Amino acid sequence: MKKSANIAHNAAPAIALLFLLFLWEFGVRFYEIKPWILPGPVKVLSSLIKEHNLLLMHTGITLFEALTGFLLAVILAFITAFLLTHVEWLNRAFYPLLIISQTVPLIVLAVLFTLWFGWGLTPKIIIVVLVCFFPVTINFIEGINSVDPDQVHLFRSMGANKWTIFRLVKLPSALPAFFSGLRIAATYSIMAAVIGEWLGAQKGLGYFMTLKQKSFAIDEVLAAVFIICLMSFLLVKAVDFLEYIMLPWNRINENGKY
Amino acid sequence: MSKVQVIEICKTLDQLYTLDNISLTLNPQECVVILGPSGCGKSTLFNIISGLIKPDKGKIIIDGQDYTGKTGRVGYMQQKDLLLPFRTVLDNIALPLVVKGESLKQARNKAKSYLSEFGLVGFENYYPRQLSGGMRQRAALLRTYLFASDIMLLDEPFAALDAITRHKMQLWLINLRSQYNPSILFITHDIEEALLLGDRIYVFSPLPARIIGEFNVKGLSEPEKNKYKKKIIELL
Ligand SMILES: Nc1ncnc2c1ncn2[C@@H]1O[C@H](COP(=O)(O)OP(=O)(O)O)[C@@H](O)[C@H]1O
Ligand SMILES: [Mg+2]
Repeated sequence: MKKSANIAHNAAPAIALLFLLFLWEFGVRFYEIKPWILPGPVKVLSSLIKEHNLLLMHTGITLFEALTGFLLAVILAFITAFLLTHVEWLNRAFYPLLIISQTVPLIVLAVLFTLWFGWGLTPKIIIVVLVCFFPVTINFIEGINSVDPDQVHLFRSMGANKWTIFRLVKLPSALPAFFSGLRIAATYSIMAAVIGEWLGAQKGLGYFMTLKQKSFAIDEVLAAVFIICLMSFLLVKAVDFLEYIMLPWNRINENGKY
Repeated sequence: MSKVQVIEICKTLDQLYTLDNISLTLNPQECVVILGPSGCGKSTLFNIISGLIKPDKGKIIIDGQDYTGKTGRVGYMQQKDLLLPFRTVLDNIALPLVVKGESLKQARNKAKSYLSEFGLVGFENYYPRQLSGGMRQRAALLRTYLFASDIMLLDEPFAALDAITRHKMQLWLINLRSQYNPSILFITHDIEEALLLGDRIYVFSPLPARIIGEFNVKGLSEPEKNKYKKKIIELL
């Protein structure tokens, strides 16, 4: 009884999705909507299969840009968070700038980057870095700052230096917040790469979509959209998995049991 | 020679005159209790002895050497257990030794040999959240002891526990003292606890803290202790 309820609980989103897809397919057929306006999911799926070689190549490029940018952003975020939480004048000088930087419209920057760095991979990677850097840095800084000061005092009373305290106390305490930032970054990283490609590229899913859109192959555009959603979802799940592996103490629930 | 000498310490915190000319001594293997009302500056004195903050005036002498404003010499246990939630009990206990420069493996081995004395056998691989309050305090106490087995500063270590657990822990601490003979400075605002655990008691006044009484209560009988209890109550 309880088990079957549990399965229904877990399957609910999948059932909802299937229902919506069915509605879409039904609507397209019932109203006889032209495929160059809106194809049904069955048509999208068949295009996905038909064009899978080409799509796979472009997916590889987009994934490479997104992952490279993501990793660079994490490394930069780590260094920035460490510096801003340990050097008071740096914090005072740069933290407000960090917040204000978020008001710059990214799409304009993306156009500029294409102008400056050409149509290669570099401008896309930079856009991904910019998109991912902020949530990771801010969450990490918040995490480090929310460490119990008494906990820090305890280690200071033992004669531990700043680096030891960071390594043993602050960094692990801040990891849950760090992972929250990582999850946000993972969600947007693929999209950021695609936006970069959209504005000017020779490869990648964004480029593929602009091309197909111009020739009204909406089914193939949607096939690319499907891949983008799937990749973003898998990337978030990968972050969740990494958190599960790296933070075993977080798995313990309220009752103190696993 | 005395283990710790606190000499004429004065301290103002945020324009609040907190410690007024505090002088006291801790002799080897003694348990000295500091008794005073909440907020009178007892923890501030411990922060100064441990070297976390500097006094405005006065000196801290440990084993004849000037340790004013120097950390890393004494074991300091605060009211909260301050166990790291992301480390196992064993690692929490071992970490101070790592801070001192030992390898984690060495530190773990040393910590393991004390687990049974501290009633923690079988719980070494648990996370602090999975332990009861009393056990967490014992783990924190072991961590303090391993860092500096000769001088321990215990700041209201049992205040957060329920009455029954607290009493068990007090008896257990007495037993522990007879076995390891550390020198202990113990803060409490509980007169019964002070009389039960202390060899000597310093009574602190409300802010700014001054020493308003010193009582030698080592080895006294119950009725004699009751007399002191009345005296202390009158003082406070
Ligand atoms: N870092 C601080 N800055 C300013 N005032 C403080 C600080 N820490 C404690 N105080 C104040 O100093 C007084 C003494 O505090 P404390 O030493 O913690 O007292 P006790 O341990 O005896 O309860 C209290 O009034 C407290 O509010
Ligand atoms: Mg206190």
